Amino acid sequence: MHPVLTLVVQRVALGLLLLLAVSAVIFLGVAALPGDTAQAILGQSATPQALANLRAEMGLDQPPLTRYFQWLGGVLTGDLGTSISNGTDIASAIGQRLGNTLFLAAWAAVISVPLAILLGLVAARYNGRWPDKLISGATLSAISLPEFVVGYLVLYFLAVKWQLFPSVAMVFPGMGMMDRLNAVILPVIVLVLVVLAHMMRMTRAAILNVMQSAYIETAELKGLSPMQVIWRHAFPNAIAPVVNVVMLNLAYLVVGVVVVEVVFVYPGMGQYLVDHVAKRDLPVVQAVGLIFAAVYIGLNILADVISILANPRLRHPK
Amino acid sequence: MSDALLQIRNLRIEATSYPPGEAPRDVVLVDDVSVSVEKGKVLGLIGESGAGKSTIGLSSMAYGRGGVRLTGGTITLNGRDIRLADARALRALRGREVTYVAQSAAAAFNPAIKLMDQVIETCLAHDVMGRAEAEARAVMLFARLGLPEPERFGQRYPHQVSGGQLQRAMTAMALCPKPDLVIFDEPTTALDVTTQIEVLAAIKEAIRDTGVAALYITHDLAVVAQVADDILVLRHGKRIEYGATEQIITAPKEAYTKALVSVRSIEHVEKPDAPAVLEIQSVTARYKGTNFDVLKAITLDLPAGQTLAVVGESGSGKSTLARVITGLLPPAQGRIRFAGRDLAPDLAARTRDDLREVQMIYQMADTAMNPRQTVGTIIGRPLEFYFGLKGEAKRKRIQDLLEQIEMGKGFIDRYPAELSGGQKQRVCIARALAAKPKLIICDEVTSALDPLVADGILKLLLALQAAEGVAYLFITHDLATVRAIADRIAVMYRGEVRRYGTKTDVLTPPFDDYTELLLSSVPEMKMGWLEGVLDSRKMEAAGN
Repeated sequence: MHPVLTLVVQRVALGLLLLLAVSAVIFLGVAALPGDTAQAILGQSATPQALANLRAEMGLDQPPLTRYFQWLGGVLTGDLGTSISNGTDIASAIGQRLGNTLFLAAWAAVISVPLAILLGLVAARYNGRWPDKLISGATLSAISLPEFVVGYLVLYFLAVKWQLFPSVAMVFPGMGMMDRLNAVILPVIVLVLVVLAHMMRMTRAAILNVMQSAYIETAELKGLSPMQVIWRHAFPNAIAPVVNVVMLNLAYLVVGVVVVEVVFVYPGMGQYLVDHVAKRDLPVVQAVGLIFAAVYIGLNILADVISILANPRLRHPK
Repeated sequence: MSDALLQIRNLRIEATSYPPGEAPRDVVLVDDVSVSVEKGKVLGLIGESGAGKSTIGLSSMAYGRGGVRLTGGTITLNGRDIRLADARALRALRGREVTYVAQSAAAAFNPAIKLMDQVIETCLAHDVMGRAEAEARAVMLFARLGLPEPERFGQRYPHQVSGGQLQRAMTAMALCPKPDLVIFDEPTTALDVTTQIEVLAAIKEAIRDTGVAALYITHDLAVVAQVADDILVLRHGKRIEYGATEQIITAPKEAYTKALVSVRSIEHVEKPDAPAVLEIQSVTARYKGTNFDVLKAITLDLPAGQTLAVVGESGSGKSTLARVITGLLPPAQGRIRFAGRDLAPDLAARTRDDLREVQMIYQMADTAMNPRQTVGTIIGRPLEFYFGLKGEAKRKRIQDLLEQIEMGKGFIDRYPAELSGGQKQRVCIARALAAKPKLIICDEVTSALDPLVADGILKLLLALQAAEGVAYLFITHDLATVRAIADRIAVMYRGEVRRYGTKTDVLTPPFDDYTELLLSSVPEMKMGWLEGVLDSRKMEAAGN
């Protein structure tokens, strides 16, 4: 087997193992909370007999290990359980929410990742001169403001004052692509501003680090232009550190956008989670926690795999 | 001289130095140097480190490394002054009219790009020729430079080929766009002596066949004598002597050039046999997690107060042997006897006297010292640790040691950054000596030093041996050093001892094949040596 394939398989296996461990931690954490689902359904005034009946009916009287494997088995077959607050099937409810979140995250990523890398390359090209200072200053200001402030600023100017875009990011099933895009444009702008600085600064730092290498001098002495040197000779050697930061930010776009969703009243995973935490809807909290963990681990594995593939020493062994 | 390709007149090069704790100041790196290269000729630039060789070489592309500035004089290339040309004009000439071959090809190739794409990049960037033509030319150059499988060589990545092959590939890269001038900056310095001779021959042939002019930069006069038509001797950024190669080698005028020509003048007669202080008995060693023996049943003796030189190319197991003796790598088999007792295989199991009596000096004095400690602290540490010396007694002993290494008491409060390369190595010697050892392992201690400085270090080591009776295990790849210092020699090749005995025995024919190859590869300071060796090797090969 090719050594790279071995490494990739190892990484993926390790990620699955990690996900299993995380699922156990989520389950145990939720199980350790005072009160259980039966208590939550019947309320504080329920009789012990009623509680015991409901627990037997829901299988809550089984030992925790059995319940964990039942839950895990359900997850693997696509059954995430039933919400206790409204009795709906969690999987179908989440499916739509997750779709919305991924839609928002994907557009933010499609715009922010190339833009951040481009700005990072330009900042590295003009290191210490005014374009570098302008880019660094602007992106750092954007990241220094809390997301909701950026959100409200964007709302005030683009939606209220100039009335360019809708202030509420309402999406619903069956909506057309262009309408959908128009609806999410403001939250996408906010998310781009929030994640841009981190990725751009890492790109700049990684490029400047590589620019110290002897092979950059070789490229300069070939008479290549500064941008050719950066793009063809520096960037391929800076991919690994950049990819890691990009993936952390992509994960943030999926799991960390609660505030932005609330500001724009966007029906995504974050709002869904917050709503059900408030209602003590434990099955939903478990399911969402597991999905967030899976996204995080998945993107980090992807970062590892890309870093491995970007390394010619691993791709082409002696 | 009117049709000179490159004409440098009264060149002055400056840089800003930032000494720690002081105000920045301008330093002159090259001062009033004039030189010219005609079409198809090779000029050798020679001098020790800091002489300004590379700086002058790069100035012919109007390139200043770091903050180096070309502040005066003219640099005329193909009839126009390029010293103050703008960035666009410089880009047009770099890689088109002048190309560069770096000292470390391993670092100068981009690890992420295939060799072929790097070799032909200049041709494409400057529109010298199309891709197909450039690739064909690259394959032709690969073949001419003796690279294996020239058709497929370019499809590899830099880490997939050896150091000597990379150096040749770099030469191909420099020749590919048909430049007028190639700058070779110490192209064979980082190579083993047996590889150096092949690369040197390949470069010389390529220069002759393509008719390109070249600047050949090196610190090794014997190497430059093989390729250059003229030689410029530099010291501290100033021109010392400039003349035809023949004249510089056979009839140098200046004292400094004479010293360079006659360097390695140490005559060392081997000492009579004596009881062994170190006995290495059939030692086999391998690194953790590998199934390959780096050392294979090594048996060697080192008589007390004498020097055993261990020679071999990189990968022969020389440094691993030092690690085994010091206990850093416990041997898989065999034992080590020292001063009549068994040495514990593992460092942790050794007594304090075991540790004290075996000391080490390293190749890189720079990294072997804590830059934040003064010379006094560095040398004083073993005095405290092994002998419990304190206060005035310690200071007195440090000053004695500084006298012994011919540096003077004044250095006691200086920091390593304030010392020259040779002085740093002397401090390391004093630190080893402070422990009053019976054995000092010297791992390539002169390899990073300029020839004249290295000569001084070798003389010091010999004087200290005579005074203190300390034995040296001297690891080196440099046979001239071996001749200067050894009483016994062990020739190592791929983890085995190929030849072992007194210096006279080892260096007297008949030789085994490897020792023969090693000895005949050491450049000699006479013109035509390279052709002579290659011819005799060809004849031998034909005879067999």
